[in-house]
Amino acid sequence: MFNPRNIARWLAVLAACANLSQAAKVIPPPPAEPAVPAPVSRFTAADVPNDGGGAVRLSWAPSPFDSAALRFAAPDDPARAVKAYRLFRSMGRSGEYSQLIEVGPGTTEFPDEGLANGTAYHYRIQAVGAAGGLSPVLEASAVPRASWFNGERTNMVAALVLVAGILLLFIVRARSGVAMSIRKIAGLAAVDEAIGRATEMGRPILYLPSGGLSAVSDIQTLASLVILGRVAAKTAEYETKLLVPCSDPLVMALAREIVKASCMEAARPDAFRPENIRYLTNEQFAFTAGVDGMMLRERPAANFFIGTFYAEALILAETGYATGAIQIAGTAMITQLPFFVAACDYTLIGEEIYAASAYLSKEPVLLGSIKGQDWAKAAAIAVIVAGIALETLALRFPQLHAFAAQWLLPK
Amino acid sequence: MAVFGIWLGALLTLCIYSFLYRDNPLYKFAEHVYVGISAGYFVAAEVHNVLLPNLIAPLRSDFGHRFYLLVPGLLGVMVFFAFSRRLNWLLRYPLSFVVGMGAGLTVTAMLSADVMAQVQATALPLNSVNNVLLAGGVLATLVYFFFSAEHKGAVGGVAAAGVWYLMIAFGAAFGYTVMARISLLIGRMQFLLGDWLHLLR
Repeated sequence: MFNPRNIARWLAVLAACANLSQAAKVIPPPPAEPAVPAPVSRFTAADVPNDGGGAVRLSWAPSPFDSAALRFAAPDDPARAVKAYRLFRSMGRSGEYSQLIEVGPGTTEFPDEGLANGTAYHYRIQAVGAAGGLSPVLEASAVPRASWFNGERTNMVAALVLVAGILLLFIVRARSGVAMSIRKIAGLAAVDEAIGRATEMGRPILYLPSGGLSAVSDIQTLASLVILGRVAAKTAEYETKLLVPCSDPLVMALAREIVKASCMEAARPDAFRPENIRYLTNEQFAFTAGVDGMMLRERPAANFFIGTFYAEALILAETGYATGAIQIAGTAMITQLPFFVAACDYTLIGEEIYAASAYLSKEPVLLGSIKGQDWAKAAAIAVIVAGIALETLALRFPQLHAFAAQWLLPK
Repeated sequence: MAVFGIWLGALLTLCIYSFLYRDNPLYKFAEHVYVGISAGYFVAAEVHNVLLPNLIAPLRSDFGHRFYLLVPGLLGVMVFFAFSRRLNWLLRYPLSFVVGMGAGLTVTAMLSADVMAQVQATALPLNSVNNVLLAGGVLATLVYFFFSAEHKGAVGGVAAAGVWYLMIAFGAAFGYTVMARISLLIGRMQFLLGDWLHLLR
């Protein structure tokens, strides 16, 4: 019954089992690698064209496992689906790459900005799987540079050359003695009337070359200062006081120079009174309050509001109306023109203030430029009519729309 | 201090509103305070927001690379020759620079925003009343702004249509802007009746 050999055999079997279980605990099976997504393709880095430099555009075709891609191929393992793309950047090809950004699936380009022009930048891209697996890396390089010419604005250059050419042609013709005329502009025809009225009444003239917010570089202010020169010459001739409150110190300096030159031209240098060309303030409504006060205390018989005006337009024109002054206004600010039309005797609408200098001076060169501008407008009308015709015909022949967009009206 | 500010603002507002009756010493006082304080504030703001960060600080921190900033600095100093009878002519250089720069920048901006954009926006198919009105309005208004041709005959007729378009547009803009001004008045009334007199809850 009892056999010592059997006991020894059982002990040996138990010892072997114990060893096996101990071995299973100490050496776990090797972990499975995270599922790796397919990499992107056609990864490129290129300098952004037509810019001031400092930017590189990275672009790529998405991984086929990117669910937002057009050619999405569902992976056999959902863990291989693309969760994101990681972009890395380095200053040297063998240098250390640092992560630039991680973008979501479906993204196929990224603009890297704020770079130094003329420096080579190296990029890497890697797709990140849903389980964290990383695809093989793709590399690309680019050197950002500033562009000398913006190719997207070629149509602008062509238009500028055309307009400038037309203007120069007519200026040359005017200089060679070809007679040119300009139609009557009611607001400007009334300038002499307003100055004459102020002279007869022995009261000053108020001229605002701009409202409370403009600067000397504003083209409307410049046009207004040209008209101021003609008004100043007349007031000097008639010995009428001219008040010019300004909201910009440089406008005041330029207005003084212009009025001084006009007084010299009128052979009345003594008529120049720099203290009448005053700087008030740059604050819009403080300037308006100051001019209102001048209108009530100095009682000008004629008010000129010509230039860039904003919300102060109606306040000024209403106060001038209340004082009984004859008022001539002019601006290209569409939102303020209605107020001037309602509250002033004459209003120069938009481009009429730019034509004023030619109208008032009758100088052949300026008249030639007006004629040239008219031809430029005629060219614009021709392009509009052609565009309308093509777009209307494109309702029946759709290919004409592409033709018009490419050749006649490029964006 | 806040209460003092509210009282000061309310009283100055009433001083300015007194202009609606007639010019008076209260309005004169508020007007001069407003003009004087705003002019002084502008000088301080220009020094702190323009002169110091754009000229003085870069020159002090990196003169070697930013020495070219001396050119605009010099142009700025030349403006002060306006006070000199003998050297007054030097003022013309900074003025010429600013005027030339302004005109040059404006040419391309206006051509792009006012001309090209308008031409592109008007080239529409004539398949709706809206488009016909739009195209007709733009063309008629352009004809109105022809200065070298007298507004007689057919040109005069088209130009007259352009004037009608302009006046209709001005009427719409007038109503729209008046509404905005009413909202400004409401804001001031809320300040006076609410913040100051506490009549509004």
